[in-house]
Amino acid sequence: MLLSAKPSFAPVGGFNFENVRRNAMLEEQMSGQGFKAPKARKTGTTIAGIIFKDGVILGADTRATDDMVVADKNCMKIHHIAPNIYCCGAGVAADADVITQMMSSQLQLHALSTGRAARVVTVTRLLKQMLFRYQGRIGASLIVGGYDVTGPHLYSIYPHGSFDKLPYVTMGSGSASAMAVFEDRFKPNMELEEAQRLVQDAITAGIFCDLGSGSNVDLCVISKGSVDILRPFDQPGKRGCKHGQYRYKKGTTAVLTKTVTPIAVELVEETVQRMDTE
Amino acid sequence: SFQTTIMAVEFDGGVVMGADSRTTTGAYIANRVTDKLTQIHDQIFCCRSGSAADTQAIADAVTYQLGFHSIELDEAPLVQTAANLFKEMCYKYREELMAGIIVAGWDKRRGGQVYTVPMGGMMVRQPFSIGGSGSSYIYGFVDSSYKSGMSKEECLQFTANALSLAMERDGSSGGVVRLAAISESGVERRVILGNQLPKFASC
Repeated sequence: MLLSAKPSFAPVGGFNFENVRRNAMLEEQMSGQGFKAPKARKTGTTIAGIIFKDGVILGADTRATDDMVVADKNCMKIHHIAPNIYCCGAGVAADADVITQMMSSQLQLHALSTGRAARVVTVTRLLKQMLFRYQGRIGASLIVGGYDVTGPHLYSIYPHGSFDKLPYVTMGSGSASAMAVFEDRFKPNMELEEAQRLVQDAITAGIFCDLGSGSNVDLCVISKGSVDILRPFDQPGKRGCKHGQYRYKKGTTAVLTKTVTPIAVELVEETVQRMDTE
Repeated sequence: SFQTTIMAVEFDGGVVMGADSRTTTGAYIANRVTDKLTQIHDQIFCCRSGSAADTQAIADAVTYQLGFHSIELDEAPLVQTAANLFKEMCYKYREELMAGIIVAGWDKRRGGQVYTVPMGGMMVRQPFSIGGSGSSYIYGFVDSSYKSGMSKEECLQFTANALSLAMERDGSSGGVVRLAAISESGVERRVILGNQLPKFASC
């Protein structure tokens, strides 16, 4: 057995800059031939949250865009952090997903070691400290909302690590449209019905007025002791039905010869994945 | 980040601190009711201007360091100590940070004190201090209006007037005026809403 002088490297956390020079060189060469470097997929989003009489409501659209193409028509932007704390993520999709997962597991460990139920302010602090440490290079804008032992709380966290504690917040490319709706109709201590309609209207404003947001409205209602994930709550962007028939009748194309070769196949495993087809 | 107007004034027996409440990302106001007066210790506050992320992170770090120091000492910390902690961090990381901070409070050794720690990491005690982008518009006003020996109420009025004038002229300051008066007896906080701000003759 050949023992190396240095022991094997354990994987180090954080960013890996080994490929920076290679990428720069590739981009230089490729741009001469008209190719562009791939860009990180952003969610181009409308997310919003409000505090109402009995708790917190978080809302999000469900479109994920890759430049000008819709990459995912029904993605989930409301992430689970703890049974009573949820987080909406905007910005770079991968960053928002992974950072919420990482902080969710850290929060669970923290709750176990302190022996106390998790609090919204704890996960906010964990998230903002990590985002500040990476100086904005983790492109995740988050809205964290939950109902803990101290009551309902709502925080918005920016990619550079600043946060605001407010009764209503919006983030993402459609945030201006959603905020317009909130500024018009928000009142403290709203009832559940009215509050749900307000968040739905705010997200719908983002869906219609922002190119980067679309598809459905997802809601998450967090109150004392219960969480309701309403997915989808509303589908304002439903596709209309086609008026013409684009299918040809069987027999339109003449069949000249037909050969059948049976192949013996053993069914080992069957999984069903639904696709959105006509 | 905040382009801002912040201010602090010493009086005999304490300090008065004030700030506007606008946080902007570019041309959009991300938070129109921000609280830029952050408590560092029981009777020591700081006003934050510059990058929201940087100043929040620095304030958290100094709050921890000062709290620890105070427990070790088993008595209330000095305002100068808090100002020094801010200065150490702001000077050491001056290239990476964008933070202009005014530290003010009351301690039993020197009473009310105001220390300014602008971008770059200098620290100096002043009888009153203004900071933020909106402060450029009120240097003339505060230099001509300030009198030493003002009472707490006079200082509150002086601060409210100065901030209103700055918010009127500076696009990146606005919202409400948040005031805090710190003295031996504790901290008293006030908010002056937009329509209750002092009005001046303007064209």
